[in-house]
Amino acid sequence: MSSQSIEFRTFNKGDFKAFFTSFATPILGVLIFLMLWGLLAPKVVTSLGAVPGPKQVYSQFLALVDEHKSERQSEVAFYERQEVRNAKKLANDPNAKIKVRRYAGNPTFFDQIITSVVTVMAGFLLASLIAIPIGIVAGLSKTVYAALNPLVQIFKPVSPLAWLPIVTMIVSATYVTSDDAWFDKSFLNSAITVLLCCLWPTIISTAVGVTNVSKDLQNVSHVLRLSWWTHVRKIVLPSAIPMIFTGLRLSLGIAWMVLIAAEMLSQNPGLGKFVWDEFQNGSSNSLGRIMVAVVVIGLIGFLLDRVMLYMQKKVSWDKSVALR
Amino acid sequence: MEKIHLELTGVNMDFPTPQGSFRALENVNLKVKKGEFVSIIGHSGCGKSTVLNVIAGLYQATAGGVILNGKEVTDPGPERAMVFQNHSLLPWLSAYENVELAVNTIFKGKKSKAEMREWIEHNMQLVHMEHALHKRPDEISGGMKQRVGIARALAMEPEVLLLDEPFGALDALTRAHLQDSVMEIQADLGNTMMMVTHDVDEAVLLSDRIVMMTNGPAATVGEILEVNLPQPRDRIKVSESKQYNHCRHEVLRFLYERHGKKAEELTEDETIDETVVNSSLDDSEENPVVDFKESQQIKNKVA
Repeated sequence: MSSQSIEFRTFNKGDFKAFFTSFATPILGVLIFLMLWGLLAPKVVTSLGAVPGPKQVYSQFLALVDEHKSERQSEVAFYERQEVRNAKKLANDPNAKIKVRRYAGNPTFFDQIITSVVTVMAGFLLASLIAIPIGIVAGLSKTVYAALNPLVQIFKPVSPLAWLPIVTMIVSATYVTSDDAWFDKSFLNSAITVLLCCLWPTIISTAVGVTNVSKDLQNVSHVLRLSWWTHVRKIVLPSAIPMIFTGLRLSLGIAWMVLIAAEMLSQNPGLGKFVWDEFQNGSSNSLGRIMVAVVVIGLIGFLLDRVMLYMQKKVSWDKSVALR
Repeated sequence: MEKIHLELTGVNMDFPTPQGSFRALENVNLKVKKGEFVSIIGHSGCGKSTVLNVIAGLYQATAGGVILNGKEVTDPGPERAMVFQNHSLLPWLSAYENVELAVNTIFKGKKSKAEMREWIEHNMQLVHMEHALHKRPDEISGGMKQRVGIARALAMEPEVLLLDEPFGALDALTRAHLQDSVMEIQADLGNTMMMVTHDVDEAVLLSDRIVMMTNGPAATVGEILEVNLPQPRDRIKVSESKQYNHCRHEVLRFLYERHGKKAEELTEDETIDETVVNSSLDDSEENPVVDFKESQQIKNKVA
């Protein structure tokens, strides 16, 4: 009998409360937001018609999915036609030169998402590879820190968009593209702009994390006469991991915001360009499509942060600390 | 008489502060024989830990110096292994890995992998921690952490083992266990040991000699007391012996009659509460209690 009673114990007051706060409340919040949006949006009338509510935005999302599908179909059709044509050519004249052309259709919304995510990751990873070692060295050496500090402090508040013209000019002057180049110029422009804004928070947080390695652990390292490299690997890095990740997450968040703006400004492919094109397009659907983009940008930003959080949990030794 | 092993000569220690340099130690002289257990005792803030840090090489004496086996101490090194007050284990490594880091660093190229493993396990056995080799510091108790800290220091095969208030943060029972362990280890290995403590009973129980320090600033060695009791000692038997109580009394007299902190500010009738120092079995953190009492007394005086 007792085992039965344990099995049937399912939903007590505490469980309900936990369920409510962790699950029901967030959903409720979103629902209230959607309701207010749906109620208030139609009241605002612009030159492109009334501001779309959640329903219209969702239907625009479906439209974008359809566009993507049809674009893919026409791409497949294009390659099929090309193959047939080339096969015919070869049949007529085995020595004929065959050109394989790439499909030059418009990038769809989803293509733009992929472009943006790839660009932001490239810029962010490159920046991290540069910034973490610099931060470690700056944290370990007061001299290096003193030398770097003014530069970091001055460059940190500069909006990366101010860099964009400079980056564009330098890239077009130094990077000669051919048809089979590894990267497009536009990709490099965006990625380098992202890189420039990712550097500073990571450098600063890493340096702070490294300077704050506990005195006791440093003494242990001294008594053991650890080599510089072992000291960094065994003592400095594990101590600084939480701060390094704080910097990385800040950087990635800024990077994602900056990238969208940079794409809008410079017409580089990506979500920013999508938003800008829709704005210029000015059809009655444009506002809805831009709102789809806004929601997607937000969701991707959120996902990127979650990915970093997950990585921090994987890498950090201290599993007991609540990560937010 | 055995050869002098470790010698401090005319050690001065000045620290720069915004108000100018602060002299923590002045003319500290001390000779330690091989295999001897020496405790340094004094009021908090008198610079006893500074003495240990100078021997460890973590601080450089402003004047004078430290000689170990005929060589001057210029920097920290494993031959002067230190057991830190708050264990200082790397929290991201298991107990075994913490000791391993020391062993790998020191015996690189001198011991094979298997020998190293054996050596790590041997040292963990010495401190009775073989059952928790792969636990991380946050998974074991304070006393166990300190045991691992001692194992790590012992694994360095130090010529002098420096213990900086090693049991200060532990509860009384754990502290007693660890004191017994230290006595046992010293009996086995015959290491030279120097311990900073603020616990009179601990000092008398463990030491061959007790170095009593005057109050800072510019603290120095006040008196040195020989404890003529055979090692290793049994805490119960020894506590009944006349010699033990005599030594204990001497230390207390030095600390509270001759060098009572701010003694000159106290009036005659305010007798100092000896139980605060006596009761090493009552509280886990003695130091703050002493400070608190003292500050209370000073406050009372002011009021």
